[in-house]
Amino acid sequence: MYEGPVQDLIDELGRLPGVGPKSAQRIAFHLLATEPADIERLQHALQKVKEGVVFCDVCGNVSAETRCRICRDPKRDLSLVCVVEEPKDVQAIERTREFKGRYHVLGGALDPLSGVGPDQLRIRQLLNRIGTTTDGVDISEVIIATDPNTEGEATATYLVRMLRDFPGLTVTRLASGLPMGGDLEFADELTLGRALSGRRSM
Amino acid sequence: MHVRHLQVSDFRSWELADLAFEPGVSVLVGRNGQGKTNLVEAIGYVATLGSHRVATDAPLIRHGAQRAVVRAVVVNDDRELLVELEITAGKANRARINRGPVPRPRDVLGILRTVLFAPEDLSLVRGDPSDRRRFLDEMLVLRAPRFAGVRSDYDRVLKQRSALLKTVKHSRSADLSTLDVWDGHLAKHGAELLAARMKLVRDMAGHVTSAYAEVAPESRPALISYRSSVGELPEDRESIEDLLLAELDRVRRQEIERGVCLVGPHRDDLDLTLGELPAKGYASHGESWSFALALRLGGYELMRVDGIEPVLVLDDVFAELDRGRRQQLAKVAAAAEQVLITAAVAEDVPDELSGARFEVNGGEVRRV
Ligand SMILES: Nc1ncnc2c1ncn2[C@@H]1O[C@H](COP(=O)(O)OP(=O)(O)OP(=O)(O)O)[C@@H](O)[C@H]1O
Ligand SMILES: [Mg+2]
Ligand SMILES: [Zn+2]
Repeated sequence: MYEGPVQDLIDELGRLPGVGPKSAQRIAFHLLATEPADIERLQHALQKVKEGVVFCDVCGNVSAETRCRICRDPKRDLSLVCVVEEPKDVQAIERTREFKGRYHVLGGALDPLSGVGPDQLRIRQLLNRIGTTTDGVDISEVIIATDPNTEGEATATYLVRMLRDFPGLTVTRLASGLPMGGDLEFADELTLGRALSGRRSM
Repeated sequence: MHVRHLQVSDFRSWELADLAFEPGVSVLVGRNGQGKTNLVEAIGYVATLGSHRVATDAPLIRHGAQRAVVRAVVVNDDRELLVELEITAGKANRARINRGPVPRPRDVLGILRTVLFAPEDLSLVRGDPSDRRRFLDEMLVLRAPRFAGVRSDYDRVLKQRSALLKTVKHSRSADLSTLDVWDGHLAKHGAELLAARMKLVRDMAGHVTSAYAEVAPESRPALISYRSSVGELPEDRESIEDLLLAELDRVRRQEIERGVCLVGPHRDDLDLTLGELPAKGYASHGESWSFALALRLGGYELMRVDGIEPVLVLDDVFAELDRGRRQQLAKVAAAAEQVLITAAVAEDVPDELSGARFEVNGGEVRRV
């Protein structure tokens, strides 16, 4: 334990994902020795992240404007929607360059242990989106790309149930081959790309 | 298979211990509390990623240390693998095989297989159903490591569904539609686990009965059978899944009322009977010991039939057995590829099992 502000900083850093007590200490002492100008830039960035970031009206991804870059892109296939849990999953799938449609970010997965049910996710928005024609195009396929773990699988099953009554809509799930119990974000590009092209109907 | 080398650091009482083993018998001898069991516990951990004495990892880390490390060189059909496990308090453990990190510690399961018999095993007969379920699931994983995944998937679904049941009573319809989803997943994973457990018991029952007859020839026949909370079970997975779903449907009101999950393999038991009577509550002390030993030896035999030659670990058990049973156990052990034995008093170990001897004393191990 250190005295006062240093320990406060270590405690705050230690709360971040992936930062253990040792790294928290290392970062804190690094910051102590850093030039004031650099600290100011960091401070500024931290402040901006809450004020400056909005969520895309259409897909729920993080964005700088009310519509994200992908939803503004006219070359994207409007008939295809890929449903993911988090914005970081959009990044992962974009890296594969396999997918030309748009996204829908749920903001998590069904997780009763953490009190997350359908109402806490952007599921209603997804259903609205599917029922609406945009620029003369209907959504004809939904690819469910939730994580291949317990919560992600339950969410996928739930979505399939909700989507099966839409006439003419194809619902597919990422093909297996993704490591089970895993996190989409950590799948390598090749595996994820293959899972996308080999997706199966549900 | 056999363990050729064991090194532990900050594991239990050991700051550092380094032991070279050979196939055949190795006996660790030393006064009480010197750390003998701690060493074989480390070997058991490499095989099962768990301890035979505690349910959590925290007690395995040496008091005052941050992490424990266990390294074992395992030889199987002339192939050598180095398994390294790092156990960290309150964080995910890490594993390496031949110095290469693996995604999950679970990936080391199957490299080393052990059958460990210890005084704690009396709880297989006298303890709660959960002790016997753990015995079965450990055997499943030893036979086929992928069942570690099946079991953990089931546990996770069970936890989630139980959490939902606790809240559903006070909330609205959206929760009920997700309950259907969790029912489906519980039935799917539950059926896989159930089918596997039932097959295991079918495969193992004969071995347990004959092991018991050998260990306690004067006693009545010992039988094991799987008892499911949903009654008689069909054999194939799909039918079990359907049965579980029907059962979940039947008890739904009750489950919501009580906020607990009433259907599934987490409510089952392994019935142990001696003659006409259940072993639990009826068997004598000696009979209970014999039954516990027969369960371990039955599992050991089954693996050998599978073509696996597990390492036999006998932790402090000879002191508890009478002469006849010691002799029986010695007979089985003498034929094993490798046996690791701990004893406070060397004289307790039958002569057939002399082998290599290690003295454990004052934080040091010395081959004598
Ligand atoms: N996490 C830990 N940190 C430090 N010491 C520990 C830890 N866990 C156990 N010990 C110590 O290890 C000792 C027990 O070791 P162990 O059970 O291996 O003894 P043993 O040699 O098998 O004795 P016995 O003959 O009585 O079975 C105890 O003294 C206990 O205090
Ligand atoms: Mg001991
Ligand atoms: Zn968008």
